[in-house]
Amino acid sequence: MTPLRSRLDLRSDAHRANRAAMAALLADVVAAQDEALAGGGEKYVARHRERGKLLVRERVDLLVDPGAWFLELSPLAGWGTGDPVGGGLVTGVGVVSGVECMVIANDPTVRGGSLTATSVRKQLRAMEVSRVNRLPLVNLTESGGADLPKQAEIFVPGGASFKNLTRLSAAGIPVTTLVFGNSTAGGAYMPGMSDYTVLQRNAAKVFLGGPPLVKMAIDEDADEEELGGADMHARTSGLADYLAEDESDAIRIGREIVAHLGWRKAGPGPTAVPHEPRYDADELLGAASADIRVPFDVREILARVVDGSEFEEFKPLYGTTLVCGWASIAGFPIGVLANNGILFSEESQKGAQFIQLCNRIGVPLLFVQNITGFMVGTRYEQGGIIKDGAKLINAVSNSAVPHLTLMVGASYGAGNYGMSGRAYDPRFVFSWPNHRIAVMGPKQLAGVMDIVTRGRDPEGVAALEAQVEEESTALFATGQLWDDGIIDPRQTRTVLAVALSAVHSAPVEGTSNFGVWRM
Amino acid sequence: MIRRVLVANRGEVARRVFRTCAELGISTVAVYSDPDRSSPYVADADVAVPLGGTSSAESYLDVYKVLAAAARAGADAVHPGYGFLAENAEFAQACVDAGLVWIGPPPPAIRAMARKVEAKDLAAAAGVPLLPSATVAGDDEAAWVEAAAGVGYPLLVKASSGGGGKGMRRVDDVAGLADAVRAGRREAASSFGDPTVFIERYLDSPHHVEVQVLADRHGNVVHLCERDCSVQRRHQKVVEEAPAPGLGDDLRRRLHDAAIALTRAIAYENAGTIEFLVAGDDLFFLEMNTRLQVEHPVTEAILGLDIVRLQLLIADGGRLPFSQEDVRSDGHAVEVRLYAEDPRRDFLPSVGTLVEFRPGATPGIRWDTGVERGSTVTPHYDPMLAKVIAHAPTRTEAARRLARALRGLVVAGVDTNRDALVATLESAAFLDGAVSTGFFDANPAVLDAAPPPDVVRHAAVAAALVLRHRDRPVGPLAGVAPVGWRNVPSVAAARRFSSFDGTDLTVELPPGGAASGTVAVAGEPVGLSTDAVDDGGATTVVDGLRRRFTVTSDGETHWIAGDEWHVRLVEHPRFADHSTDAGAAGLEAPLPGTIVAIEVEPGQEVRAGGLLLVVEAMKMEHRIVADADARVTAVLVAVGDRVEAHQPLVTLARDGESP
Repeated sequence: MTPLRSRLDLRSDAHRANRAAMAALLADVVAAQDEALAGGGEKYVARHRERGKLLVRERVDLLVDPGAWFLELSPLAGWGTGDPVGGGLVTGVGVVSGVECMVIANDPTVRGGSLTATSVRKQLRAMEVSRVNRLPLVNLTESGGADLPKQAEIFVPGGASFKNLTRLSAAGIPVTTLVFGNSTAGGAYMPGMSDYTVLQRNAAKVFLGGPPLVKMAIDEDADEEELGGADMHARTSGLADYLAEDESDAIRIGREIVAHLGWRKAGPGPTAVPHEPRYDADELLGAASADIRVPFDVREILARVVDGSEFEEFKPLYGTTLVCGWASIAGFPIGVLANNGILFSEESQKGAQFIQLCNRIGVPLLFVQNITGFMVGTRYEQGGIIKDGAKLINAVSNSAVPHLTLMVGASYGAGNYGMSGRAYDPRFVFSWPNHRIAVMGPKQLAGVMDIVTRGRDPEGVAALEAQVEEESTALFATGQLWDDGIIDPRQTRTVLAVALSAVHSAPVEGTSNFGVWRM
Repeated sequence: MIRRVLVANRGEVARRVFRTCAELGISTVAVYSDPDRSSPYVADADVAVPLGGTSSAESYLDVYKVLAAAARAGADAVHPGYGFLAENAEFAQACVDAGLVWIGPPPPAIRAMARKVEAKDLAAAAGVPLLPSATVAGDDEAAWVEAAAGVGYPLLVKASSGGGGKGMRRVDDVAGLADAVRAGRREAASSFGDPTVFIERYLDSPHHVEVQVLADRHGNVVHLCERDCSVQRRHQKVVEEAPAPGLGDDLRRRLHDAAIALTRAIAYENAGTIEFLVAGDDLFFLEMNTRLQVEHPVTEAILGLDIVRLQLLIADGGRLPFSQEDVRSDGHAVEVRLYAEDPRRDFLPSVGTLVEFRPGATPGIRWDTGVERGSTVTPHYDPMLAKVIAHAPTRTEAARRLARALRGLVVAGVDTNRDALVATLESAAFLDGAVSTGFFDANPAVLDAAPPPDVVRHAAVAAALVLRHRDRPVGPLAGVAPVGWRNVPSVAAARRFSSFDGTDLTVELPPGGAASGTVAVAGEPVGLSTDAVDDGGATTVVDGLRRRFTVTSDGETHWIAGDEWHVRLVEHPRFADHSTDAGAAGLEAPLPGTIVAIEVEPGQEVRAGGLLLVVEAMKMEHRIVADADARVTAVLVAVGDRVEAHQPLVTLARDGESP
């Protein structure tokens, strides 16, 4: 394969400015992450430690094989919503006893691990990642249940959690739940619906109704340990399959459970030699434009992400604003669709053809989005851009190979759809800090509104522009779980490699069954 | 003419003899015990004969087996090495009687020098000065006291048939005499099969100087200069050198002359060594070793000779190929004996498998080793790993070169006396030539030599990096992400070690797989930058110093080798083992059944695992054992009782619990 040749001028003012802008955006992301890492704050963290308990990420670290990875998903879920950033949960893909697993862990320092609407969405997303990628699920449970003042936002959608657990089990994806503390009321179904349960002695409390509720309901004076202690569940009710002496013992048992699964990945795995890219990943900080309106060559990103910077470009002279071609990351073959400008009819047709080709040979797709939309205007409408855009969306929607989507700039309008945006069920979506997402660019949107309102409400339009500006940032988007996390551009290759490896836990198969092509 | 030599020995000395045989085109035969089956010397020989047995007595000391081996292998000569049968006149005679060439002195000379008292009489007759001494025969303690008074205190009780320090005891006054004699007799009996002991005046901090001699069948006798072997622990030589430092010309000449005189007086033949104690300007005959000495290489180094070659030549009836005038020494040589033992723990032998043994590349060093990577150090034989010999123009250079070579040795799997040897060689006392048999008493600190804290810290960081690297995913997950990678780094990757001195040493690496940044070692922050990490080692900068450490592991024990120091760390398991926790196993009936036996009663102390009672159920007897050290507080059932599953049977007060 031919290596990509970088034309990035590292000493140019533009590159330096891009780099500085990206660094500043990244700093905001790190600051937001620090907020999530702080959990419920010093006071609650200290109290948690005084009880001899491990912090949530310490539990996860102990669970994951030393030396192996953990890709945390949605670390900034809830950003900008008023809910705690991170949703009081840590979710992610990590290697446990040599098996890539989905891990869902409560952070009990955040409101006692109780669940907000963000928590529910994040948890459901994690379960979806587990299901579609066939990743065994390990829950590290210690939760006060629904955040009662917010029960209205949670109760109905939250019920899907328990359904998901048993559906995972039915799909042959084992679910293991380690209980370190409260897992009561509805939460009792976390262990209840699991294939394997480990309850920590003198810590786990699993009951449908606690002593106050029991007193209220049937006027019984019940003891917590008798009602739902680990010992009781291990000896009497049988809800606990394993009784753990302490937290680390519970994690040890959880690791043994995963080890005995004899898990085999169903995907074909890497087939190429994973040479490092020829260009330094550090240069990715300046590879994308600081100003979303300034175009940049997406190949500069590919050259710093794919194996050996090698990229076999498909139809390089046709539909040139959609770069298509074959490459590999960490040895996993991928088909790449990457924007180098807005989509015209040719690009749409090229993309649709390329997606079909990748489906025929069972190669996962990487969509690299920097798209302000499909071309508009009389000439293009008359040229059938809707029909051609429909071909691309048809291909994206019915494609059966796994999709990964990487946001490296704009994601506006139907371009988001044609490039496998969140609603098109890509296996993973990751964003760079400079990412912007909206139905259209805020300025365009304001301009459209101005025209529609005939200029009678300039203040309203300005306010709308400001609002859309705010609601289209990467942080806002990730807060809404429109992606699976904002990543440091320099870590793109590793993030995608981990994601691809996870994807290969499930079978990787394409399809030839697409919707009717509008001709 | 000697064509095929059997070496009635093992390890390093067998290899030493084989090497010269190979150079001379003589074929070689090894003998070996069961534990030595895979020893390198066995593979070195052209043919090897299994002796069977494990202990020395069952193998290398069994004259019949060794002779049978010689016959079976078609050997025409026997070299005894040192130790085992080397100074056993009966064995030498048996070899001669079997028509084998005995590569050593005539049996009568061996016998004469083996009996310490007779040896002294012969030495005295030859005009060699003796230490005052006396025999202690019989069981009359009063006679012992009288004899001791004639010798004077302090004195040593020594085995008449012994050597190598076994059976020796120092007695400072009359009070300790009787016990020492009895203990000495016991040890002499068990070590040499002869309980006879004698007493001898003890000199405080004398020099141990010995003269190497060679004599052929034709009446030619030469000395090969002297060696100083003063640095000893428990009367075992540790450092040996040639020539001896600090001897005046006159004293040196008197030593050489005395050695030659005794050699001639007993019609000696082949290689031998006459040992003296030197105090001030006086020399006293100690004993004669009628064999090749462990420390012969220092003599070979300064004279450019191969003593084993000369032994073979003499045994074959040849003439010494040079005269005394031709013997000229060049420079200085120092040898140390590298032992698998822990000087910090009273030289406790350290047994185990050498997971690594790799001498460094220091020039001008001779390694005489009996082991290699994969060899096992067993409790059955002497735990010497190697003799290391440096030759240089001056004593100081030789000592420093030797110390450097020892620092460069990578050895893992057992503890060694390396640090103490290095500290000895580099000590001001040694370099000043202040060597005496009291060296370690005068310089006890060298025995405690240990890597300085900053090196231990650095080694622990390197070990943590290497071990994390080794923990990276393998198989289909290999190469997906950097070691320990996190997209949201937060938790320091801790590895908990115990240092060689028992202190806890937890290393917290930077979160997220970063190999540079701030590391905490035992809670102290340390700046780290990493240049290279692989499965075998790490090159890192810690405290502003760049060092390369290799890490060799045997289970949870890790030997971290640097260019200057070596550190042993034991990693704590990541997860505690709760299987022996009190309460982990219930003292309940495992299933419905009948009590068929009760082994304890209330108030009885029981050990963990001790049988409490037996329940018969489903035609099986189930033993109920104590889950911890405890005291029985109540037995809740009687023999014949029917019990239900989970019915409590016994209550225990475990240690630390009130009943």
